[in-house]
Amino acid sequence: MEMPAPNPAVLARKARVVSRLSAVLASDAVIHDERETRAYECDALTAYRCPPMVAVLPSTTEEVSAVLRICFEEGVPVVPRGSGTSLAGGALPTADCVILGVARMNDVIETDYDNRFIRVQTGRTNLSVTGAVEEDGFFYAPDPSSQLACAIAGNIAMNSGGAHCLKYGVTTNNLMGVKMVMMDGEIVEIGGAHLDAGGLDLLGLICGSEGQLGVVTEATLRILHKPEGARPVLMGFDDNEVAGACVSDIIKAGVLPVAIEFMDRPCIEATEAFAHAGYPMCEALLIVEVEGSDAEIDHQLDLIMEIARRHNPVELRQSKSAEESAAIWLGRKSAFGAMGQINDYMCLDGTIPVSSLPHVLRRIGELSKEYGLKVGNVFHAGDGNMHPLILFDANKPGDLELCEAMGADILRLCVEVGGCLTGEHGVGIEKRDLMHVQYAPLDLEAQMAVKDVFDPHWLLNPAKVFPLDASDARRQFPIAAE
Amino acid sequence: MHLPQTEAELAEHIRATKEPLAICGGGTRGVTVDGARLGTSGLSGITLYEPGAMTVVAQAGTPVAEIEHALAAENQRLAFEPMDHRALMGTDGAPTIGGVMAANVSGPRRISVGAARDFLLGVRYVDGMGQAIKNGGRVMKNVTGYDLVKLMAGAHGTLGVLSEVSLKVLPCPETQATLVLHGLDDTAAIAALARALGSPFEVSAAAHDPAAGETLLRLEGFAQSVKYRAEQLTALLGGEITLEENKPERWVAWRDVDAFAGAQGDVWRVSCKPSDGPGLAATSGATAVLYDWAGGLIWLRTPAGHDLRAALGTYDGHATLVRGEGHPRFQPEAAGVARITAGLRAQFDPRGVLNAGLMG
Repeated sequence: MEMPAPNPAVLARKARVVSRLSAVLASDAVIHDERETRAYECDALTAYRCPPMVAVLPSTTEEVSAVLRICFEEGVPVVPRGSGTSLAGGALPTADCVILGVARMNDVIETDYDNRFIRVQTGRTNLSVTGAVEEDGFFYAPDPSSQLACAIAGNIAMNSGGAHCLKYGVTTNNLMGVKMVMMDGEIVEIGGAHLDAGGLDLLGLICGSEGQLGVVTEATLRILHKPEGARPVLMGFDDNEVAGACVSDIIKAGVLPVAIEFMDRPCIEATEAFAHAGYPMCEALLIVEVEGSDAEIDHQLDLIMEIARRHNPVELRQSKSAEESAAIWLGRKSAFGAMGQINDYMCLDGTIPVSSLPHVLRRIGELSKEYGLKVGNVFHAGDGNMHPLILFDANKPGDLELCEAMGADILRLCVEVGGCLTGEHGVGIEKRDLMHVQYAPLDLEAQMAVKDVFDPHWLLNPAKVFPLDASDARRQFPIAAE
Repeated sequence: MHLPQTEAELAEHIRATKEPLAICGGGTRGVTVDGARLGTSGLSGITLYEPGAMTVVAQAGTPVAEIEHALAAENQRLAFEPMDHRALMGTDGAPTIGGVMAANVSGPRRISVGAARDFLLGVRYVDGMGQAIKNGGRVMKNVTGYDLVKLMAGAHGTLGVLSEVSLKVLPCPETQATLVLHGLDDTAAIAALARALGSPFEVSAAAHDPAAGETLLRLEGFAQSVKYRAEQLTALLGGEITLEENKPERWVAWRDVDAFAGAQGDVWRVSCKPSDGPGLAATSGATAVLYDWAGGLIWLRTPAGHDLRAALGTYDGHATLVRGEGHPRFQPEAAGVARITAGLRAQFDPRGVLNAGLMG
């Protein structure tokens, strides 16, 4: 994956930039020693690393504003960073950038149960947002699998989803307001504790803009009361296609589960070897979870199992207790870890129309043979968000490149059947150069024109999202040599 | 009125125009903009409907009724419950799906399932330079590039003219029921609605009608579940409560603000923090008030020309003039946001030919 060469004129300014940043931040909040900046050299896409020129850890919105103002004046690129859990390289630095980490900004500013919102600083982790309200029976719905570590800032930047978004939506559906700092240091507020912010839907635009439009420092998030309970049913099928048809029938029947998770045979086998969840050995496994009171859950699970029986399942296991639920979820939750035990893996994130599921799984199987790389599929079937895990050996020369080429083929396939490159992880650098597959030049131009408005010099996270050849002219903001 | 029949004709018309254009779907919302009228009703028809994937794709000028009819045949619906403005505005014509999306029109169910924009998966549109652009797609989850889909929803045609929309749809519930709480004043009513929404007993609409002395909670789902939740909420809230089963027409009338149809005066729509609702209503100078979204949406009827924004002062929210003249339709924005808005309009419509003057 190519990254732009660092700008020598920016590197030459390092001492002055550090000195100016040190004047507005606490002394331990400016990190410029080469041994220490290494801590920020990558995110969860660890195949790509590059220490930044400087990393800063501001504590307030005003400090973020001061940092951005300085970088704006000095012409220094800024890469915002939440917790660094991006799987797409969204927080990957360049050697001439300032990493702006929001990790020290993690306060709860306001909790309001009558109006069902919480206002937090965006360095707060996803799970600790729920942690702040769960004693009172509430929760924050989006639940990306990295929720223990990932920050709300990154959730907003990537419009993160999670296993339960079939019912509750993704970040953009749960974000009511933001305080955001623009690249020139200006602080703007959009939306608030009311629904449907006025004017153009700037919240919708900012959500998923991968830190390229501004740095969100505070967020007003919708919270909900927890359901009385939730329980899953596990079902196994002899055929992917049949499992796909079962998903479609459940949806058509008017039951709206909170989650429908799918695992294929390679993934089931790996998971069993690792976590011993007691899953049936079959071609496809579905976990369908519903919520409500005990009686409501039983009623919905009965309906779902009745539908499943029409598809001749090899296994049908309804959870009757918290222990049984945990056992059913155990394998699914350890799927990534299990695959990681076998080898290095690359996790894709394309979304497809649910109707194309059998075709896409078949094609992925064929590609796996062609490339000689194993693939396990585990994904959110209700919304068609696939997560093929391609296994490769990072120590074997050429294997990463082979894996990336196969990943690109799978994503092309997703677009071909009417889907998209990424459902919840974001484009980052990982899918950046595939954007041409999904969007025509004019479509990309329309998106880049938006960045021109928010960040006319293209200093915020500039080498992400858009193919480098498409954004090249925009990224050449001239700064004077020293 | 010019009525292009294809997206290419629409693009050509915008590219060639020498004068500002007033974009019009079904023309039912009574929006008046200076300019030559450009209608989308020639771009009509459902192009794809996959019930098992809960998605429908339609050309922007497709009548909402046509889509609702097709969905009903598969026991599905547009869950965001778009209102029909005809009675309130005294208009005729047929509401189009493009108009609904361009104005982000959401009904009472917005508090439980989300707004119109939350159901919009993809768009095709023609910008102010006459370029046809696509964004999003027809899948439920999509973070590929910037979300111009949301930007188009609620842009009221000022950034581009929608030519096609992809929507997420949801199954219809088995049944519905309404709990009617009697005799609560506004503050007590909004507090009761907050208690209901702060419970696990999923409510799909929460409204208060001061004139009727009725406070409403709608429950939807499987019959057994609706019955259970009605019992639980009745016990939780206390007071005088009656249960009304399967009367969806009550909610159609409520959705369309029938109470204000035919009555004199201006009509405003205020989005606010729900608990602020009663206080705002009290200082508004309104002659009639309806609370939806558990108090987070207030419909106000005022004497013609009344400056509601001045009366309300500063609060967490904004006011839209839905019916009436003499004030800007949309709440003026703070300087920073206004600059972003102006910047976006300059990019998408540099000549200022699309619904000029409508959104500041």
